[in-house]
Amino acid sequence: MAARTETDRRGADGAPPPPAVEMRGIVKHFPGVLANDHVDFEAAVGEVHALLGENGAGKSTLSNILTGLYRPDSGEILLDGEHVQFSSPRDALDVGIFMVHQHFRLVETFTVAENVVLGDHRGEGRTFRLRTRAIERRVAELSKRFGLAVDPRAPVWHLSLGEQQRVEILKALYREARILILDEPTAVLTPQEAEVLFTTLREMAADGRTVIFISHKLHEVKAVADRVTVLRGGRSIATVDAADATLRSLAALMVGREIESRRAARDRVAGEPVLELANVWADGDRGDAAIRGASLIVRRGEIVAVAGVAGNGQRELAEAVAGMRPATRGTIRIAGKTVRGGDPRSAIAAGVAYVPEDRLGTGVAPSLSIASNLALKGYRDRHASHGPLLRLRRMRERAAELIAHYRIAGAAPSSAARLLSGGNLQKVVLAREFSGKPRVLVAASPTRGLDVGAIETVHAYLREAAADGVGVLLISEDLDEILMLADRIVVMYEGAIAGETTRDDADVEEIGLLMAGGRDPRAD
Amino acid sequence: MRIERRLRQPRWLLVAVPAGSLVFAFFASGLVLLATGHDALRSYRQIFDAAFLNSGALGQTLTQATPLAFTGLAAAAAFRMRLFNIGAEGQLFMGAVTADAAGLYLGGHGWPHALVIAAMVVAGCAGGAAWALIPGVLRAFFKTNEIITSLMLNYVAAYVMTYLIFNTESYWRQTTGFNASVFPTSKTLPNAAWWPAANIFPLGGGIAILAAVLIWFLYTRTRFGFEAQVLGDSPRAARYAGIRTRRKILAVMAISGAVAGVGGASQVGDFSHQLDADPNGLQKQYYGYTGIVVAALARYNPLAVVVVAFLIGALQNAGNTLQGADFPSGLVGVMQGIILFSALGGELLVRYRVRVGRALPTPEAA
Repeated sequence: MAARTETDRRGADGAPPPPAVEMRGIVKHFPGVLANDHVDFEAAVGEVHALLGENGAGKSTLSNILTGLYRPDSGEILLDGEHVQFSSPRDALDVGIFMVHQHFRLVETFTVAENVVLGDHRGEGRTFRLRTRAIERRVAELSKRFGLAVDPRAPVWHLSLGEQQRVEILKALYREARILILDEPTAVLTPQEAEVLFTTLREMAADGRTVIFISHKLHEVKAVADRVTVLRGGRSIATVDAADATLRSLAALMVGREIESRRAARDRVAGEPVLELANVWADGDRGDAAIRGASLIVRRGEIVAVAGVAGNGQRELAEAVAGMRPATRGTIRIAGKTVRGGDPRSAIAAGVAYVPEDRLGTGVAPSLSIASNLALKGYRDRHASHGPLLRLRRMRERAAELIAHYRIAGAAPSSAARLLSGGNLQKVVLAREFSGKPRVLVAASPTRGLDVGAIETVHAYLREAAADGVGVLLISEDLDEILMLADRIVVMYEGAIAGETTRDDADVEEIGLLMAGGRDPRAD
Repeated sequence: MRIERRLRQPRWLLVAVPAGSLVFAFFASGLVLLATGHDALRSYRQIFDAAFLNSGALGQTLTQATPLAFTGLAAAAAFRMRLFNIGAEGQLFMGAVTADAAGLYLGGHGWPHALVIAAMVVAGCAGGAAWALIPGVLRAFFKTNEIITSLMLNYVAAYVMTYLIFNTESYWRQTTGFNASVFPTSKTLPNAAWWPAANIFPLGGGIAILAAVLIWFLYTRTRFGFEAQVLGDSPRAARYAGIRTRRKILAVMAISGAVAGVGGASQVGDFSHQLDADPNGLQKQYYGYTGIVVAALARYNPLAVVVVAFLIGALQNAGNTLQGADFPSGLVGVMQGIILFSALGGELLVRYRVRVGRALPTPEAA
């Protein structure tokens, strides 16, 4: 493929034409975060170019800059060698840049053809009366040519997610997009659908368009891309030819970083198992199987981390253990006893504490007082109630104790929980969960969105809990955090445990490979 | 002028704003009165007299206020958990039907007065609760929108009541006497089933006050109330906390329906002494819907519901008494509307603050 593009790229005079897209020294700050740090990126005409990186590596920010959604703090964008500046997404659309988002921008009650023409302010979408027939014919033509099987007259809500994605791509083709960006397009597809998509993308590239494919799945990147640009921590690390790269080398580029803060080994000996999962299956929110036969053990006083790219079943795993999500198969045992699935109260009674990912929506009742939120699970205990009656004064006193002990700032027992900052809100959740004297603590992304100080506090509490003999199941997408805290690390990929390692044997490259769906290298 | 959200709501506002709203409402209503050619102050005086001072006025006001207290409590009990039971109307009818049956049967079989009344209260509770549990079950198990189902059941309950008065086989229908075969009416209760009153204060009014205290206690001092609060604020957090959501929905709907049902029992026992004197009399009062207004004005506080029910009852009573060529009955409706409008508008002032003046320069702009 490289040879072909090489000849195509040469103009009549033999000089190489400028790349279709060139981004130079792109810098983008958000409050507290440097999302893009002098990123350089270029993609040629007629190539599929993958943008590879972990969550938070800066892929989305970069693509949002290219589509005119964000303005870079500094840096320049060139299209076919000419400087451009976008003041709105429409400017980017006008020069032929189109993005297929992870969450589709479709009107469910409209037909495919209506969705395709919606917002197209240059041609058909501008007229008062739609010439539906003509649009449908054009859509059918395009879908035939690029292998995007979809009925132009079908209302979008009838379509599967895979078909809806085709509609998004048809929108791009209809508007004659020269540069198509797809943000993790395979997340909603079955493997077979993904294969079809890859064929389409290659055809579009062969047609002289540029396809930018955002992903963190190595084998896909290897399968579809001509070249790969790897982003890590907001910087562009390398651009390599996909043909020359191996899964291992890509994984190393994606996550390979120096691990500075490995902590000294502890002398603690893990005790008996407190949490055992045996071949657990559970459905995700869409009704598909999100956990597929996961088995793992957490022992007393041990921190087991679940690594993985978001959306591989980790959140569902945490919810299954906490009783928030029923297991369709398999058993979950706490301290040797099987708990009833899908019943949070049984899990709480068995000694499971849970720090949910979505702390404001699930972890607290935002309008209720901090005292009430600290008693959210303990209100049935002797501390907070006496038979059916609440002991309101005792609840307030206990809240004041916990606020002082956990140094929750800006909190009076009677003020509403939603007035707290993210870090202090997380402290409320942690204070409540720890004070329930749990056997097992499930912490799902407990430091997401917190500042450095709060992150350290949360880490300290997790270690303290393990030291007290609690079995901690930590779910995190941050490998540094995992390597700092975990005694053992399991990697989840597509709902199953892809591999397991201890902290001392942990090989970042191997973890990265497992996270991205590469085979377990020890197997061969 | 800009409107911004208040981060904290000072306590004095919770008193000042409703009081201010009321003053504003009287002022605005005064303008309406003036525009329709009335002397505003004199009209207010008339209303006050007709509601409280004229002979028999206070009793009439209590008659109006009692059912409103029940339906207001029914709405407040459910709305506090963000369970929008709009069906107090139908639940009141069903409570009247069951309580009337109990009164007719037990009173007719020579049971002692106190037992008959107690049985009527229990029967009213049961009838109202059963009717409320229909939308409750649908909501808890099938996630049906309870606003729609409870509202629709109001019409069903109204037709059931009409049917029970019209059907010649009906236990509730008067079958003996001169007019019985020509004009369908319901049977009159035996004396043992007539509820006593303390002077002009009906027994139902006392029960309503008792119910208000119980509901207030239930919601602020018990585990049940705590769970309802959490569930009302965040269903996901409630599930996370191990609260049995379905049971709670069923229980709150049953409580709400039971309170409305006692309202129906009180209608029968305290006032009409039959299922309904005029086949459509009870249906024309719209107690269930007015109860929602009462609950909203009371900010779903059960103790405040009793006070608001008394005031709204007084206003309605005055409207009924004064209506005539000189004072169209619509005027009282207009006043009620203005009061509700300014009370709900006042809510905004509790939650938001209005700032007049130039926008402060932001650090970036400076």
